[in-house]
Amino acid sequence: MSSGIGKAKIRIPRSIQAGDTVEVKALIRHPMETGLRKNKKTKEKIPAHYIDEVTVEFRNETVLVADWGAAVAKDPFFSFFLQVDGPGVLKITWKDNKGEVYSKTTEVTVK
Amino acid sequence: MSNVMDKPVSRRGLFSTVGRLGVTAALAGGVMSPTGVAVASGHEEKLNKSVERYMGAGEVTYEKVTIDAPIIAENGRVVPVKVTVDHPMTDDDFIESVGIFVDKNPIPFAARFRLKPGQAGKAVVATRLKIGKSSNLRAIARTNNGKLLGGLREIKVTIGGCGG
Repeated sequence: MSSGIGKAKIRIPRSIQAGDTVEVKALIRHPMETGLRKNKKTKEKIPAHYIDEVTVEFRNETVLVADWGAAVAKDPFFSFFLQVDGPGVLKITWKDNKGEVYSKTTEVTVK
Repeated sequence: MSNVMDKPVSRRGLFSTVGRLGVTAALAGGVMSPTGVAVASGHEEKLNKSVERYMGAGEVTYEKVTIDAPIIAENGRVVPVKVTVDHPMTDDDFIESVGIFVDKNPIPFAARFRLKPGQAGKAVVATRLKIGKSSNLRAIARTNNGKLLGGLREIKVTIGGCGG
């Protein structure tokens, strides 16, 4: 299987003041197989394997839930805006269609 | 409408016409399919069902939703897409979800982002999609009052996103 599955990077602006609305960017390692592709040599279908749900929590509150289809590109990237009222932990959890669940956290600090 | 049908239309012309018709129909309170397309081909039917399933039933008013994406995607496997909804995100008036659909993909549904007022400062989301062949890209936003807003964008793909 593809290596690095379950890994992710989260990027937030370095300097945030309380009350700011900031763009959060995330990159998750995942093959995002549609289930429609065939192995060229064996002619067998490659089984679907894609992330179908992503949950973002900040300061223990759910701030975004994303439902994905297999059309999201391999090693998915997504971004959204977050209102930061204070420091806390940002946690991204993702689940794929095989039921595998992974998460990644990052500390958000404010000035 | 007859003047539109009389003359041969380019793809681009057709799509922009469809967009305008959607807005016109919504303004006139006409009954249209969720995508604002009156004629249902195989693709349209799949798309309409998908939009209804993920965004709820209702007319889509094609306004206030902007899609940023390349006009020509050299590689259909990775097409960056950004959706901006020009709408407040206050506690009693907000965008509760944004769905992205690729009209001609085998499975039109690509992604839906469910937002929280007061937590999402702006109704702006971005991701990267696989687009199998040149197609319309459609973003639909649902307000907390159940109103559907939409945006359309045609994307030309030179290398498909679904091959091996």
